[in-house]
Amino acid sequence: MRAMDLFSDTDLTLQSLQAVIRVAEQFKEKYKRAPVFMEVCGSHTMAFARSGIKKRLNDHVELISGPGCPVCVTDQKSIDAMITLGESPNRILCTFGDMMRVPGSRHSLMTAKAAGNDIRVVYSPLDSVKIAEENPDKEIIFLGIGFETTIPILTLAIREAEKKGIMNYSVWMTTKLVEPAIRALLDAGEVKLDGFLLPGHVSVVMGEEKYGFLPKEYGMSGVISGFEPVQLLSGMYKLMALLLEGKPGIINDYQSVVTKKGNRFAQEMMDRYLTPFGEEWRGMGVIPDSGLVLRDRFSLYDAKKKFQISMDQPRKTKCRCGEIIRGLIKPEECVLFNKGCTPLNPIGPCMVSTEGTCSAHYQYMRED
Amino acid sequence: MITITEEQALVDVLGSQMYVGILFVPEVKVGDYVLLHAGQAMTVVDETYANESIKEWREIIRESDGPVL
Amino acid sequence: MKDVISLAHGEGGELTHRLIEDLFANAFCHHDQLHLDAAVVTCEKKEIAVTTDSFVVKPIFFPGGDIGKLSVAGTVNDLAVSGASPLFLTAGFILEEGFEIRGLKKVVQSMAEEAKHAGVRIIAGDTKVVEKGEADGLFINTTGFGVLGSKKVNGSNVKEGDVVICSGTIGDHGIAIVSAREKLGLLTEVQSDCASLNHMIDRLLSETDGIRIMRDPTRGGLATTLVELCDNLQMTVELQEREIPVKREVEGACDILGFDPLYLANEGKVVIIADATEEERILEILGKDPLGRQARTIGEVTSVDKGKLLLKTPVGTTRRMDRLSGMLLPRIC
Repeated sequence: MRAMDLFSDTDLTLQSLQAVIRVAEQFKEKYKRAPVFMEVCGSHTMAFARSGIKKRLNDHVELISGPGCPVCVTDQKSIDAMITLGESPNRILCTFGDMMRVPGSRHSLMTAKAAGNDIRVVYSPLDSVKIAEENPDKEIIFLGIGFETTIPILTLAIREAEKKGIMNYSVWMTTKLVEPAIRALLDAGEVKLDGFLLPGHVSVVMGEEKYGFLPKEYGMSGVISGFEPVQLLSGMYKLMALLLEGKPGIINDYQSVVTKKGNRFAQEMMDRYLTPFGEEWRGMGVIPDSGLVLRDRFSLYDAKKKFQISMDQPRKTKCRCGEIIRGLIKPEECVLFNKGCTPLNPIGPCMVSTEGTCSAHYQYMRED
Repeated sequence: MITITEEQALVDVLGSQMYVGILFVPEVKVGDYVLLHAGQAMTVVDETYANESIKEWREIIRESDGPVL
Repeated sequence: MKDVISLAHGEGGELTHRLIEDLFANAFCHHDQLHLDAAVVTCEKKEIAVTTDSFVVKPIFFPGGDIGKLSVAGTVNDLAVSGASPLFLTAGFILEEGFEIRGLKKVVQSMAEEAKHAGVRIIAGDTKVVEKGEADGLFINTTGFGVLGSKKVNGSNVKEGDVVICSGTIGDHGIAIVSAREKLGLLTEVQSDCASLNHMIDRLLSETDGIRIMRDPTRGGLATTLVELCDNLQMTVELQEREIPVKREVEGACDILGFDPLYLANEGKVVIIADATEEERILEILGKDPLGRQARTIGEVTSVDKGKLLLKTPVGTTRRMDRLSGMLLPRIC
C-alpha cells in the first residue's frame, strides 16, 4: 500500500487513536486536566469533525476551532459590500462556491442571483479571467477571499489578466493572514491553549520557519499537520509529546509537502502584486497588517478602487460567529445553533461556509 | 501528474483527471504527486518523506503500546 | 443549414404532423392510434400505480445515456420501486426553437430502445416549441402507469434489525454529468448508471419475501433518499460509512471538487430495506444481475421510534445526516 493511502487506512487510524489516547492520559496524569489545542485551519476543523476523530477524542483532548475559515472571519460589512457589488447590471460577479449562501444583512448572493444578477461560481480564479475575456462588454469581478494558500492563486489571475491585456477584470481583495490572527488571539489572552495544530496548506506556501515566533515570543508549541486521519492523530500525539517534554517548539509533521521556507514562487508572486493592509476581522476588529491588498501600480485590477460601494451599518443579530472564531464558545453554546440557524436558514457565515465551525458541528457532530 | 505543458499539467486523482496550473511548481516531472488547491499544484509531494513518516509513526505507535505510565 | 426545430413545428400544422408521424409514431410503433386524441389501453388488474417526472438534464447527451433514456428509466424505476410492473408511459416534449432535429431523433430513438428494454409502451405524447432562449434545448416529461403486484412494499412492517441494501456504487450519475458539462474541467471515465431496474426488481419481488420498502436514490443522493425514508417511516437507520460502495474514480472526482458521494445523484440504483433473514437471498439475486453486481449491505434499521439517519464512521462515532441543503450542483436529471 502506498503511503498516501495508509494515511487514511482504517486499521492504522484505530491504532493511532489508541496511541493518542494513551499519551493524553499521560498528560492528564501530569497536569490533572485534558490538553487544549486549537486547530487554526478550517480544513482541519472539517477533517476532525467528518472523520469522527474530534468526537471520539472528546474525553481526552479538547479541540478548539480557531479563525481558520476565510469566509467566516470576514466582517459583516465586507460581506454586505460583496453582495451589493453583484447587484448591478453589466457586471459578472465570480466567486468561490463558499460565498454563495453566506447571509448578508439583506440577503445572500444566492438570492441576488435568483433575482437575475449574473453571479457565477468558479472553481479557480483563473476561470474568472476567461469569463472576462469572453465578455468584453461587461465588468468581471472576482471575490478574492482567502488565506495564504489561496492568495498566490489570486495573483495568478491578475497576472493572467495583465498578460492578456484584459481591462474589464478586477479582484475584490479581502485576504487574511494566519500569523497576525494567531498573535491577536494570544495577545488578547481570552482563550487558554496548550498548543496549536498548524495549518498544513498555508504552511506549504509560507514554510515551517514562519512559526518560529510561537515558541520564541509566546512559549507556545505547534505541530504542522496534514489532513488525513492518521496525519491528524500523529500531529496531536507529537504536540502532546512536546508538551510533556516541557520544551516549547515547532514540529513539522507534514514534511512531505511543507519545507522550511515554503514555496518561493508563490511568495514571489504575492510580494510582486500585494502589500500588507490592516484588515477588519469578524469579532476581532482591525488587525494591523493582517491582510494583503494590491499594490498601487495594479490599481486597474483593484475592484475596491474601481467600484465605490457605500454600505449601511450591518444588521444586528444574535449570531455569535465572532466568539466562535476566537475559540471562546462552541457552536452548541449559541442560542441560534440548530434552532434559528441551520444550513438552510443560516444567520452567520460559520453555518454555511464549507470550512465553518458551526457547519462542521451541524453536519458531522450531531446525533439528534 | 500525467502530461505537462508550460503552465498546465494533467493530473490523475484515483482515476479521474483534471488540468491544473503548475506555475508554482516549475520543478514538477511526469509521475510526481502534487498537492492541489483551487486548480493549482501548490507543491510536489516528497514520497520518500511520506513513506518515512508512516514508518516512523508505526514505530511510535508500537513503542507506546505498553502500559500507560 | 442544419435541420432544426422551428416555432412552426409546434403550431399544430403540417410540420407538427410530420414530426409526430415520422419521428414519434415511428419510434414508439403505434400508427394504429394516431387518429385518436387519447390512447386507449386495457388493464386487467385494478390497482394502478401512476408517477410523473420531468427531465431537464444538462447536457442532453452524457456518458452512459441521454435525456431520452433517462426519461424512460427514471419513470420506470419510480414505478418499479413502488412494487408496480411498469406498462405504459406518456411523453411530453418541450423543444427550444433551433434545436437540431438530428439530436431529437437520437433522443427519441434512445427512448424507444429503453422502453423496449424495460418492456413498456409509450402510448401518448405531446410536443410544444418555445422561442429561442425560453427553454434550454429539450425538456421531457414522462408519466408512467404500472400494475401493482401482490406484495406490498410500503414499509408499514419495517422493524428493528432490518437490513439496508444498496444495489451498487453511488454517485456515478452525478459525476458523469459534472464531467460532461466540462465546466469544472474534470475528465473521467465514469459513466452514468442510468438504467431501468424493473426486471431486476420484479425478480427480487417474486423470488424473495421480506422486502419492506425500496427507493431509487436519484436527486439528493443516497443520503437524502434515506433521510426522507427514515422520516416517513419514523425509523432510525445506521449506515456503515466503510461499507458504502463508491467507485475509485468517483472518490477521486469528489476529492478534487469537494463533493460528497452520499449526496450525488444515481439513476440506476435501488436501496432496499428488508428482513435480515432475506439478506443473503436478496444479495444473491442482485449479484446475478449486471445492474446489481456490486450490491452490498450498507446498514441496518436500529429502531422504529424516531426518524433519523445516522452514519457510523470508521473510528466508531456516529453522526446524523440531513437532506441535501443547497449544495451547488448542476442540473442532473
